[in-house]
Amino acid sequence: MYVLREAFAAIRRAPVLTALSAAMVALALLVVGLFGLVTFNLQQALARVEERVEVVAYVRDGARRDEVAVAEEALLELDEVRSVRFLSKEDALAAAREEFPEFRDIFGDLAVNPLPASLEIELQTGFRSPEAIARVAGMASLYDFVEEVVYGQDWVNRLYVLRRVGAVATTILGLAFALVAALIIGTAIRIAVFARRDEIQIMRLVGATNGFIRRPFLFEGFLTGIAGGILAIGLTYAAFLVGYRLIFPLEWLPWSWVAGGALAGGLFGVLASTLAIRRHLREV
Amino acid sequence: MERRCCFDTFLRRGISFGSSEPPYSSPLLPASFPVVIKLTKVTKEYPPRGRALDDVSFLVEKGEFAFLTGHSGSGKSTTLRLIHMAERPTAGEVRVGGFSSELISQREIWKLRRRVGFVFQGFRLLPGRTAAENVAFALEVTGTARGEILPRTNRLLTKVGLAAKAGAMATELSGGEQQRVAIARAIANEPLVLLADEPTGNLDERAAGGIMELFLDLNAQGMAVLMATHDLELVRRHPRVRVLEVNEGRLVYDSTGVPGVA
Repeated sequence: MYVLREAFAAIRRAPVLTALSAAMVALALLVVGLFGLVTFNLQQALARVEERVEVVAYVRDGARRDEVAVAEEALLELDEVRSVRFLSKEDALAAAREEFPEFRDIFGDLAVNPLPASLEIELQTGFRSPEAIARVAGMASLYDFVEEVVYGQDWVNRLYVLRRVGAVATTILGLAFALVAALIIGTAIRIAVFARRDEIQIMRLVGATNGFIRRPFLFEGFLTGIAGGILAIGLTYAAFLVGYRLIFPLEWLPWSWVAGGALAGGLFGVLASTLAIRRHLREV
Repeated sequence: MERRCCFDTFLRRGISFGSSEPPYSSPLLPASFPVVIKLTKVTKEYPPRGRALDDVSFLVEKGEFAFLTGHSGSGKSTTLRLIHMAERPTAGEVRVGGFSSELISQREIWKLRRRVGFVFQGFRLLPGRTAAENVAFALEVTGTARGEILPRTNRLLTKVGLAAKAGAMATELSGGEQQRVAIARAIANEPLVLLADEPTGNLDERAAGGIMELFLDLNAQGMAVLMATHDLELVRRHPRVRVLEVNEGRLVYDSTGVPGVA
């Protein structure tokens, strides 16, 4: 009760300082939020591209449907495989007509269907590395009736490199942004605590325990951090709306990320207060 | 002990040395006179400045009133800070109540602080709070029950003659009034001893006189008081109060005639 009362009273007594601290926290977290927004949307874009990765095994003309069906089942049992779809020669031609309307006349005049039947193998999420794809392609090529297996090896390799570079870059930049945010939040809270160092000293002089002195400051740091976090969410959302309307359709962050951001603000606030007050507790 | 200070002549004239009278003491004192403060061969060094205190020893007993005199920079404030254990001696031991500077940890300092009140020349009140809030603050800090805080605050402000100004902001009070609030805060938890560092230094003569009377009243009720001052007129006006004089970090004079540890 004392903790709540003192924390809110301190905010009431110095509203400008509290607002400035919260604003500094908000701006620090805004940078992290914008970075999160960009990272998340890049991840989503990459995931959508990865979704299109599939292995196609072309089936020789004259292959028996039952032996192809056995292969379908065997391939489906692999961990990497999500689905296997058999596309007959007729289906392939129909699809070609559908996908390439400009060649409809040519396809219509054909006396013999030149397109092969195929097995379209879709991969599970998390099994789209070049190694996993090559393994599935290798398994499919083992069947005698399979004439050729294609999966755009170069493209898959480039996509994989891009994903790894993206992961390393976002981790390093994310940590750097988080560190900068932590330092800014730490400084903001430190200034707020420093402004009240006399109060801390007087509390020490009259016999307050360290815990008793620390608790209202920690709660105040938490409130400042949470307020800054919520403000940062609002600013990030405003940036998202502007980006959505002016640049291209973006996806808003998952709510777990948003809640994590606000909570991170609060925790940074508590941590910064703990470190700031520790110094003053040693003074008297 | 060799007299090394210009205070001597003045003190010899103003204070009845060699008198058979005991030091100023309270009528409420128990017969046992337990020691409240004991400094044993205390030295405090601040490298590279040198020694602020050098081999200082003295006792203050329960209910005793003592002036700690000396020039600016002689070691008065250092002595008080050591007694309050805001600092630790470089050598020797400070004992206050049951607490020893050699044994008490930084985490336990609060236990000592509740037994020792401290009044500063600069008052050190919280400016954004009223007189009552400044006093209540000391009670809240020590975990006094909520229902008790208001009546005890009122009693304390009445005791220091400021009941009518309970709701005034600290910054609206005169220097003398602020010092009274500081005293009320210092005695809020009924300490064994009240330390005062030049408490009248910022006050005019009338206000200083009032504060001194207040200290004497508190002492008459049994509270030991150790008051650092360089105001020799104030010392001379209270000839029955014990005088300890420090000069260049050494205890050069004790009006009880017993320099060093008893």
